[in-house]
Amino acid sequence: MIAPRTEAELAEAVAAAAGPLRIAGGGTRPVGKPVAGEALQVTGLNGITLYEPGALTLVARAGTPVVEVEAALAAEGQRLAFEPMDHRGLLGTSGAPTIGAVVAANVSGPRRVQVGACRDFLLGVRFVDGRGTVLKNGGRVMKNVTGYDLARLMAGSRGTLGVLSEVSLKVLPDVAASASVLIGGLSHEGAVRAMTAALGSPFEVTGAAHDAAGPDGAPMTMIRIEGFEAQVAYRAEKLRGLLGGFGEVWVERDPALVAAGWAGVRDVAPFHDRGGDVWRLSVKPSEAPGIAARCGAEGLLYDWGGGLVWLLVAEGCDLRARLGDFAGHATLVRASEAARAAQQVFQPEPGPLAAISSGLREKFDPRGILNPGLMG
Amino acid sequence: MEMPVPNGDVIASKARIVARLRGVLAADAVIEDATETRAYECDALTAYRCPPLAVVLPGSTAEVAAVLRICHQEAVPVVPRGAGTSLAGGALPTADAVVLGVARMNAVLETDYDNRFIRVETGRTNLSVTGAVEEHDFFFAPDPSSQLACAIAGNIAMNSGGAHCLKYGVTTNNLLGVTMVTMAGEVVEIGGAHLDAGGLDLLGLICGSEGQLGVVTEATLRILRKPEGARPVLMGYDSAEVAGQVVSDIIRAGVLPVAIEFMDRPCIRATEAFARAGYPDCEALLIVEVEGSPAEIDEQLGVILQIARRHDPVELRQAADEDEAARIWLGRKSAFGAMGNINDYMCLDGTIPVDKLPYVLKRIGEMSREFGLDVANVFHAGDGNMHPLILFDANKEGDLEICEAFGAEILKLCVEVGGCLTGEHGVGVEKRDLMGDQYAPEDLEAQMRVKDVFDPAWLLNPAKVFPLAASRQRRAVAA
Repeated sequence: MIAPRTEAELAEAVAAAAGPLRIAGGGTRPVGKPVAGEALQVTGLNGITLYEPGALTLVARAGTPVVEVEAALAAEGQRLAFEPMDHRGLLGTSGAPTIGAVVAANVSGPRRVQVGACRDFLLGVRFVDGRGTVLKNGGRVMKNVTGYDLARLMAGSRGTLGVLSEVSLKVLPDVAASASVLIGGLSHEGAVRAMTAALGSPFEVTGAAHDAAGPDGAPMTMIRIEGFEAQVAYRAEKLRGLLGGFGEVWVERDPALVAAGWAGVRDVAPFHDRGGDVWRLSVKPSEAPGIAARCGAEGLLYDWGGGLVWLLVAEGCDLRARLGDFAGHATLVRASEAARAAQQVFQPEPGPLAAISSGLREKFDPRGILNPGLMG
Repeated sequence: MEMPVPNGDVIASKARIVARLRGVLAADAVIEDATETRAYECDALTAYRCPPLAVVLPGSTAEVAAVLRICHQEAVPVVPRGAGTSLAGGALPTADAVVLGVARMNAVLETDYDNRFIRVETGRTNLSVTGAVEEHDFFFAPDPSSQLACAIAGNIAMNSGGAHCLKYGVTTNNLLGVTMVTMAGEVVEIGGAHLDAGGLDLLGLICGSEGQLGVVTEATLRILRKPEGARPVLMGYDSAEVAGQVVSDIIRAGVLPVAIEFMDRPCIRATEAFARAGYPDCEALLIVEVEGSPAEIDEQLGVILQIARRHDPVELRQAADEDEAARIWLGRKSAFGAMGNINDYMCLDGTIPVDKLPYVLKRIGEMSREFGLDVANVFHAGDGNMHPLILFDANKEGDLEICEAFGAEILKLCVEVGGCLTGEHGVGVEKRDLMGDQYAPEDLEAQMRVKDVFDPAWLLNPAKVFPLAASRQRRAVAA
């Protein structure tokens, strides 16, 4: 295992690598095709290098634990608004998720539907390409169109274009209050319609999820609002009125219960203790119930108003065959190593896009040593 | 401004190239007469002009593809053009280039309120995207000052922002998908009505690539439900430092205004003379706007006004009704017109960390005296995106050069304090040669390698973004 402690050491290690490297942060997200190669552990690049609460900006070395970033933000009443998912419960992993890996996998949570994904909060990156060259793109300011946006390209590239050494993020104020507007017993279609109504309202809904089998096995639709105390009370009442036609509506105001409910959606808690493969689909919300229906799923959780669908299926199920042609993308998030090796973990791209993607990989990593094959 | 020497072979082949273009487009969609191509000799950076070889105005993605295939075969550089409002010379042609304007492609292809998106052809103007959905109380968030005229094509090429980015983000945060034609004439679909990329984030890469990677002909844009209401407050201070502190304090207080705009004294005086909005004559003026229901607005403004008062304002004005709100915005919205009324001006676009605001304003003031040219500052203070307007006289020998040298110093200052050359206008030709101040040669090389993937012959908008010296070899191989 190679474990650099500085960006310079990281660059040296990549430049000197004789073969493939398997890049690891906290090791909590083994998503993608298994990579054969020497482990390159980035957790040694650790620490927040700049935090300006008045400018809503935080810069941290890639190996910094997310928990450390969140603690620093909380101390100033701020947060990572994109609410990165913690994969440990779903994937049965341990260790500490790192901020670099959050960016590398573009990990977001329920609030993505309102405020944007991790990639939308990324202001800049420093990384080491496959040649061992240290590169930077973007910076620490909120508006920056100076040159090509390689920062966004790096977000979600899962270490296949470069190894992140530092990330710069926009952060937002935390909120004083939150509430969940809950509706019980809806069908999948009814839930998507209710979530659509909520998201189409002027009340800035920051979460819209539907658990097909809620806490007591009955369907539960959840709408989240956040803000000032009076604002949340006002909006909860407005939404209660707006959604009254869909079913029985009630409002949960207990902060601990609201937080726990959304952490459960974020981390896909309903599938934690159940066996089987887990797929993640990004689709047009109105098409979600139809697509889900043809998957024969054993478990189903909708987030992003239906735009994100989590599916629990039998181990080894060839879901792509069941899905057929659809607009969006599907990722096999949890499966055995053998299953991940045998299947297309990420959505296959049409020919011209696949050619562009592989062209980019060749430019950033001409020797093909950075997580080779991980994204297929 | 140095531009590449035009390819003589291309110019000599003009008749054949035009004939081939006429073969795939309607008769009135190919402009080659020298008196008519002149209309396309520049964009809003009017200091630099060059009539192109020809102009094409295709009406569909298929026609764009046909044009690009021909230009690709003939090795003709292509300069994509939206509405021609670029302040950075992003659509400046060369004499051997075909300007590909998307202005005729302005249709709304699909509106979907349930899934909250609109699909449009990219020649459509920014404001008319919102225009197409506002009867359902939806809007498209990016709102550059030129929104009445600028095209979505240009918004995507430059990753445009606007006054409301602090809350709603810039174009890249509101773009879901594109139909793009590569230089080789291949049509590709990236993204769609769903969120985020399944593989590499090619959409994020395309947005802001200044028309150098492909011609975007259709776009799927995120639309949002309008807030219940919005209301601005105006505050005046006797120093920029104090105003900067107010901005920082508001953000730290946990309030996220939808916009925080800043104007300095020269700008206030110019807009007063022009628009008579009734602004106080002070060093620094802030306009802060928040959204929500009337009660929600009151609560947020309560917090903001408390902070504002703590810093001893010379003026604090709330809007009691729509009329008063419009008056608060009036001066800000007419700032650019007001400056243009006084003089020629160059509008810069550097971004700085918000806490460096007082220092940067002080340095700009000092430089203004050194260079002997006046500067007015009007900008988006919440996100540090500055717009210093340097006043000069285009008819005075040497004034433009002094202005450009002054502008370059300001942008270098922005980089020096941890910011960047351009926050929302793009690099174009204007800031091309300053890229070396922000990026190391290897950083620029990495970006140019990206262009190699999409446009190996370097035919799309080739003389932009990168210093000419840095891209020379690639362009020479192509020629």
